[in-house]
Amino acid sequence: MTHPAWDRAVLALRLLAIDPVGLGGIWLRGRAGPVRDRFLAALPAPLPHRRLHPAISDEQLYGGVDLPATLTSDKVIYQQGLMANPSLLILPMAERTSPGLAARLGIALDQKTGHALVALDEGATPEEALPPALADRLALHLDLSELGFHDTAVAQITPPPLVPVTVPPGTITDLAAISVRLGISSLRAPLLALAAARTHAVFQGRVEVDQTDLLVATELVLAPRATQIPDAEADHEPPPPPPDTSSEGEAQDDTTPDDAALPQEILLKAVRAMLPADLLARLAAGKAARATGSAGTGAKKRGNRRGRPLPSRPGRLGGDARIDLVATLRAAAPWQPLRRSLSPRGQRLHIRPADIRVKQYQETSDRLLIFVVDASGSAAMARLAEAKGAVELLLVQAYARRDHVALIAFRGTGAELLLPPTRSLVQTKRRLAALPGGGGTPMAAGLQAALDLALQARGRGLTPTVALLTDGRANIALDGSADRRAAQSDAMVLARALARQGVPALIIDTGARPQPQLRDMAKMLDAPYLPLPRADAARLGAAVSAALEV
Amino acid sequence: MTAFPFTAIVGQDEMKQAMILTAIDPTIGGVLVFGDRGTGKSTAVRALSGLLPPIQMVTGSPTNAATVQDQPDWAAPAGDVITAPTPVVDLPLGVTEDRVTGSLDIEKALTRGEKAFEPGLLARANRGYLYIDEVNLLEDHIVDLLLDVAQSGENVVEREGLSIRHPARFVLVGSGNPEEGELRPQLLDRFGLSVEVTSPTDIDTRIEVIRRRDAYETDRDTFLAQWEPQQDTLRARIVAAKAALSGQVTPDDTLRACAELCIALGSDGLRGELTLLRAARALAAFDGAGTVTLDHIKSIAASALRHRLRRDPLDEAGSSARVARTLAEVFDEPTIAAVTG
Repeated sequence: MTHPAWDRAVLALRLLAIDPVGLGGIWLRGRAGPVRDRFLAALPAPLPHRRLHPAISDEQLYGGVDLPATLTSDKVIYQQGLMANPSLLILPMAERTSPGLAARLGIALDQKTGHALVALDEGATPEEALPPALADRLALHLDLSELGFHDTAVAQITPPPLVPVTVPPGTITDLAAISVRLGISSLRAPLLALAAARTHAVFQGRVEVDQTDLLVATELVLAPRATQIPDAEADHEPPPPPPDTSSEGEAQDDTTPDDAALPQEILLKAVRAMLPADLLARLAAGKAARATGSAGTGAKKRGNRRGRPLPSRPGRLGGDARIDLVATLRAAAPWQPLRRSLSPRGQRLHIRPADIRVKQYQETSDRLLIFVVDASGSAAMARLAEAKGAVELLLVQAYARRDHVALIAFRGTGAELLLPPTRSLVQTKRRLAALPGGGGTPMAAGLQAALDLALQARGRGLTPTVALLTDGRANIALDGSADRRAAQSDAMVLARALARQGVPALIIDTGARPQPQLRDMAKMLDAPYLPLPRADAARLGAAVSAALEV
Repeated sequence: MTAFPFTAIVGQDEMKQAMILTAIDPTIGGVLVFGDRGTGKSTAVRALSGLLPPIQMVTGSPTNAATVQDQPDWAAPAGDVITAPTPVVDLPLGVTEDRVTGSLDIEKALTRGEKAFEPGLLARANRGYLYIDEVNLLEDHIVDLLLDVAQSGENVVEREGLSIRHPARFVLVGSGNPEEGELRPQLLDRFGLSVEVTSPTDIDTRIEVIRRRDAYETDRDTFLAQWEPQQDTLRARIVAAKAALSGQVTPDDTLRACAELCIALGSDGLRGELTLLRAARALAAFDGAGTVTLDHIKSIAASALRHRLRRDPLDEAGSSARVARTLAEVFDEPTIAAVTG
């Protein structure tokens, strides 16, 4: 007995075999292993298969001059790139695809030049995934990560030829309406669902799309893209059952005899059964991942000294540039006959400034951890002492992780930058020794200071993260007035500003009882919320580094 | 492949307006389209090639020269002048500098030992459009190069003792998804107009988008034929507006309103005012108005100014709303003042 997810995967392969270009391709989540091998073995062959890798160079993709062949034959011989001929592109480790490669592949898929893509995504967490720009263009989204080998079976695929299929009136309306109710904003999704429905009709040997085709299209194309659970309008069903549901067969049984029922409701019912229970959690994770960009502790930046190598580029012989000798010689090679013939001095090797290629590296920038500490009367002096301890502990670890630390305290009517960004433990100890406490809680002022510092740090190439330690009772507004309501709303406004700037944050609630306002604020910031009523410095430091280590 | 008809694009009026205005007056200086995935950004740009009125050019000219005199001396001798479609050139990501600016023809250098210039994308885009999809992901050194050429209108190549300069005047159109990266302010400022597109939320609009796209993909010829009359009408309007552009009258209080708006918004430099005025003039010509009025300024202000504002991290509404708010504040007074005084 095979798993329904495997059946879906095989069905997806059958559809892809019929119309690879129209469907764009498959996004497959799941680790390498026997299940994935079996899936790949069943990949259809209407198009030749070509393997890419996430760090593929433009020359390999688009082709270029074949230098060795050219030099030996005295005429220019071009090398064809992988994109030159229609093919089924297979991209392993797709979760590591750079936005640049995603854009190039996306353009190739958009132009319908005969390419389809199977993205093999081995991302372990929802944050680590195929770039959304590319996922949007692939019709079929599959997840095989839960399957074992015994859940699968060998699949034989012999596609029927693609023939024109008509679409009954109302189909487009149904697909558009369902995608809206599932919270899918992209307009490619319903178009791809329509293509999938047509292809399924071809598979079934029909020339008109019917109810079953729509159901399959909804399941394979729309359901995995859902960003909200559709509200039950007509029926009063319970919310989605657990994810290991096998209701695919049932849903189909339901629909076939009962064609008179509202098609949208039937389709939605099928979708609802498929939506995993942790959808909302996954969505939150996806959102956070978008805000912070790709995985890793710091933002990427380019340099000429250290980090992961990138393709070298034309440059100048300058003080600190590292010359890529091989690339420079390659660039110079084709011009040698010409230069030799023009040179009065007949030297053998002619290198001109335009040939110089310099090495480029990509490194992750240093992280700046900005502590925003509540030093008001409501946060007892003890909290402050623990916060100081945590800052010092984190700094001790900072050498290993290349973190910088800054500390802002807010109390009375304003905020103060007590410790400018530093990695010096000595300086920190000295400055923190005299951290005063007491007075009101101007949280908004503290957040504003943090925002200013974060933006400033980003301008200098650091990647800022804000950790807010407070008990959550903001009572001083930005203008310094003691108006509790204005204080709360000002704090929220600033939290939103932080979220909009994509500054990752962390909220630590040091109050005796967890504060709902802080929880709301954390939700808005997409930030972890840690209630730590009785944390000492060591636990605080551990919690912060654990929360930031993702 | 014939592109999707421009007039068949559902909604997205601001984007369409911006593109039409640059077709009327290329000196407005380019359009930046930022927005969600799957909202038809690329579709609209590619549709331009089917909409733009044709130009006169020398056959096979590498720089699309208008007359025989304009044909560059490094190119083959000029042939006849023919009518050709306005060039819309794609600048792919990951393109090398050599392909953008042009370089020595490697084939001739190797096989015949000759120095010959092989024009790049900048030459091909002359007198037309240069389109960069995912402009926010473009390599910095290519961006710098484009800025330089867009500013001077001329491309200079020095290589192997060869010195070539040729005109490169084009309308830069960029599109991108802000989630994937921001654009440097220097580049933002070079775009005359900037448009934000979002997925339509109205279900009927969405259905219509899907229906038209599906019709285009399943029966292209019928669909194109069906939209030909609308395309012709719009093209004729653009041609008429181009001709009427220089005849548009700009009253002093319109100029004053432009300046006041830009001061109130604190937009950097005079580029904002100039673009605002040019775009408003093109819009007036498109409407057949004859006079540039406050209404023209108002309807173009957001496109012309939203990307020139200093960023205010505290402002939640975003720059579009800031322009709208300032418009309301500034324009209520000057209009009254103009009437009473």
